[in-house]
Amino acid sequence: MVDRFISFFTSLRLTVACLALALVLVFAGTLAQVQIGLYAAQSEYFRSFFVYWTPNGTHWKIPFLPGGWLIGLVLLVNLLAAHIKRFQLSRKKIGIILIHAGLILLLGGQFLTELFQVESQMRIQVGDSANYSESPRKNELAVIDTTDPDKDRVVAIPESIVAKGGEIRTPGLPFALRVEKYFPNAAPAGPMTGDPEKIKAADGIGRQLMFSPRPITHTMDDVDLPAALVQAVSDKGPIGEWIVSPRLTRFPANVQLQEQLDSIMPDVKITAPQTFAFNGRTYEIAMRQVRYYKPYTIKLLAFNHDLYLGTDVPKNFSSKIHLTDPSTGDDRDILIYMNNPLRYHGETFYQASFEPGDKVSILQVVRNPVSLAPYIACSLVALGLVTQFLMHLFAFARRRAQQAKPLPPRKAPATPVREPALANGKGRRL
Amino acid sequence: MKKWLPLMIAALFAAWFLGGFQAPKPKDGFNIAGFGRLPVLLDGRIQPMDSVARNSLLSISGRSIVRLTNGPPLSALEWLMETMTRPEQADQLKIFRVQHPDLEGLLGTEKIGLEYYSINDLTNQFDSIADQARKLLQSEEGIADRVKLRTPFQKDLMHLYNSVELYARLKSSLEPQGTRDFARELQVYEASIGPGRAALTNSQQGKPADDEAMQRIAAFFKRYTTLSEMAYPMIIPPLPGQSRQDWRNIGTDLMETLRSGQMHPAATNYAAMADAYHSNNPAQFNHALAAYRVWMQENELYPALKKGSREFFFNQIEPFYKSMVIYVAALLLGCIFWINLSEPVRRTGFALLVLAFVIHSLGLGFRMFLEGRPPVTNLYSSAIFIGWGACLFGILLERIFKGGIGLVVAGFIGFSTLIIAHHLALSGDTMEMLQAVLDTNLWLATHVVVVTSGYASMFVAGILAIIYVVRGFFTSTLTPDVAKTLSRMVYGIVCFATLFSFVGTILGGIWADQSWGRFWGWDPKENGALLIVLWNALILHARWGGMIRERGLMAMAVFGNIITSFSWFGVNMLGIGLHSYGFMDKAFPWLVGFDISQVLLVVLALMPLRFWASFKAPASPAPPAGPSLPAPSAIAM
Repeated sequence: MVDRFISFFTSLRLTVACLALALVLVFAGTLAQVQIGLYAAQSEYFRSFFVYWTPNGTHWKIPFLPGGWLIGLVLLVNLLAAHIKRFQLSRKKIGIILIHAGLILLLGGQFLTELFQVESQMRIQVGDSANYSESPRKNELAVIDTTDPDKDRVVAIPESIVAKGGEIRTPGLPFALRVEKYFPNAAPAGPMTGDPEKIKAADGIGRQLMFSPRPITHTMDDVDLPAALVQAVSDKGPIGEWIVSPRLTRFPANVQLQEQLDSIMPDVKITAPQTFAFNGRTYEIAMRQVRYYKPYTIKLLAFNHDLYLGTDVPKNFSSKIHLTDPSTGDDRDILIYMNNPLRYHGETFYQASFEPGDKVSILQVVRNPVSLAPYIACSLVALGLVTQFLMHLFAFARRRAQQAKPLPPRKAPATPVREPALANGKGRRL
Repeated sequence: MKKWLPLMIAALFAAWFLGGFQAPKPKDGFNIAGFGRLPVLLDGRIQPMDSVARNSLLSISGRSIVRLTNGPPLSALEWLMETMTRPEQADQLKIFRVQHPDLEGLLGTEKIGLEYYSINDLTNQFDSIADQARKLLQSEEGIADRVKLRTPFQKDLMHLYNSVELYARLKSSLEPQGTRDFARELQVYEASIGPGRAALTNSQQGKPADDEAMQRIAAFFKRYTTLSEMAYPMIIPPLPGQSRQDWRNIGTDLMETLRSGQMHPAATNYAAMADAYHSNNPAQFNHALAAYRVWMQENELYPALKKGSREFFFNQIEPFYKSMVIYVAALLLGCIFWINLSEPVRRTGFALLVLAFVIHSLGLGFRMFLEGRPPVTNLYSSAIFIGWGACLFGILLERIFKGGIGLVVAGFIGFSTLIIAHHLALSGDTMEMLQAVLDTNLWLATHVVVVTSGYASMFVAGILAIIYVVRGFFTSTLTPDVAKTLSRMVYGIVCFATLFSFVGTILGGIWADQSWGRFWGWDPKENGALLIVLWNALILHARWGGMIRERGLMAMAVFGNIITSFSWFGVNMLGIGLHSYGFMDKAFPWLVGFDISQVLLVVLALMPLRFWASFKAPASPAPPAGPSLPAPSAIAM
């Protein structure tokens, strides 16, 4: 039994099967992007153990393909097992060993990257500074104690907890938060619209502006903008009730919404913070993009967006920034441009985008603790491939030098080939 | 005699190529070539007038010449001259391509099958075409991938609409359309600037002003404002001391003249050329042209002149067209050799192949020199490069193994990729400026070149496998020796392809990590490259494991063509992802056709041996020697 188990996991057939499945998966996952967008395809096909099919009109989840993680994991086990079982250090095998060691590192490194990489964005207007970056997709419910004019105290609750509903108690807050309603994607609704479900709050903007649910989006460019009706409750009873949503805080959705409202309800200012007082302290409540605070500040000095003369083709995007870090004493100007990011404090800042008008630059901020893995892995594999290739080439050249005449038949098994050529070999094991 | 024949034939072809080095003769006394060399700025780069002519004509009519019913065809440059200075003649030239029957119906033509129209043929219907085009554009507003959703009729309609617009702009690129005496007009204009400005100042300050002078200058201003919106290439170079990027079109320049009060020497010279061409005065034309060139040399524009002349020369020698023709010849000779096994035929083919490769390399090198870039910068140049790489493989294979296989592979891929490149060139300038993210010679020289070499080797392996299948199935020429040789070739080249595609893909990951902040993002183009790597790994492991033998290897190598073409073209057609700068959709039916043909070949490869012409003959001993596993020591794991 154990033998069979071992021979299964060390077999070359398993490798071939995994490679074939990976091929199908990558192909299917690429085509799927046309329908469901890059982000959804990534999580459904590549960052999953199984790819599910949901027939129309049902809620069934029928797995029809192994997902990226499953294939990757089996391949990794297969690679490791085969090498452990048959490891022998010889000159002739050095290339093969290098290649596969590199592959193991590559697969493992990508796996860790998927787990630990954090991507966020820093949006700065020319002349402004920022000390945090924001997640492009994840939101948080933030309750900010703004009593102290010099320092805000922020308690942030991930959206996933809000989504569960019910009461949220945290040691950072002297009151509880009760999620009365939560929509994963929502949009403002007028009093006249016929939406079957609407939320309205007793306090804050929610008195004037109602929200109703929207279907969840999948595309790369659209993000879901949730909304929740949250009540703050102390031991003595309710303090107040507000509607919170990134629609009110997230650029550019908030600006667009404000523009729409200006014509109907000119007195409503959606960017105005929703505040309340409790026990002599002032609090602000909002649902916003998850923020990652930095111990340093980045000021955008200038943003440049050059076009080739007489065309719309961008020639260059660049952001000139000034970095101030009290902890290290760094205080300098830096130019970030395409293919030339800033690496600082374990994070990398890329010129990712800009907003129309060329006044706002958007930097992509990536924290990846295993970012070096692919570099090392690739060097190993490339070295192995070149070694292997050169050995073959020299062997070939030597043979040709020895035999001026056509190549003699190599010692080959005497089996006739009158058998199906595909998928019928003896399955020579590693 | 026989010994020298191959070289003599190759020398003939070489002479044909070298013939293109000669500058074209003046036509009716006009130094057209000199005009074609003049540098202008278009699409963000300095290029000769000749390139403007060629790219415009290609995109309007799909051809690089204009065929006439009476007399020899017009070159693109001659056509541009006519268009810019004698529009009444140019309006009669049949250059507008109409393909869709419904569009022909819309044009109300009775003649079925007439593909080309002149602008005069279109005049009556153009309003309805423009109307339809505008409606289409309106309906598409706000739809992201609108171009992709167009029906063939709509595509043809928009092509015609855009062509007519481009044509109208070209007509107003040298002078306002229909001008008789532009030089005189400019003199009057220059003379009226002073009084006009004085009158304007007076009128603003409430003093008595010369109304006539003001009106005259206002009329000029209006005329040149319209001109500045229409004029296409920027033909007026920067003056000494101005930024080298500060080129202008003729209209913008004349508006600027209003401010400076000084006529730009380039405008004066171009006006003289336009008038001379219009009034059929070669001496005056050549004189103005020479004067303008001298002025440019003396005013810091020598580099632009040089660039113009070089690119003109490159256009003139047509290295890719000529090597394409020679590839076909080599391909045919390779096929003939398989039939009659005549060694001189093979050697002639080989000599031609080498010649085609040399010309191809010259073209590739010249392009790199002109652009100051590594060889592959866009889809067009990737086709050129794949052909080049495959041809290099073919030459090596032919040198090592002899037997015509290398000839056929190189001839076939060289020819096909250059045809593909030709069609890609129809969409416009092939030396276009690069998007900001691509503007890095380091990664273009490494990642792009290596990945493209991977494509090239995949296609070489695929075509070798096709040769195996076709020769084996339909003819009895696939002897065990040939089969064995092919099998070794395919195996070796798949190893090559693995090396290139893996290293290339990884380099791409590193580039992505450097510029977008992630090593791998499952973007379609990345996935396409990964598919090739996976497929190669699959072939190699299946073979090492004995799961496939000779024919299995061949079937898989043929299928590799599908995967490679998907990675090269297919993913661009999805119209999504970060790499969508190589977008094209016209090739979709071709890609599908190609894939179907490859599937059929795979099916053939898997047919039982009794159907194979080469294996059923009782004379041939045991079917091709057993599975040619490489020595276990070299391949184990």
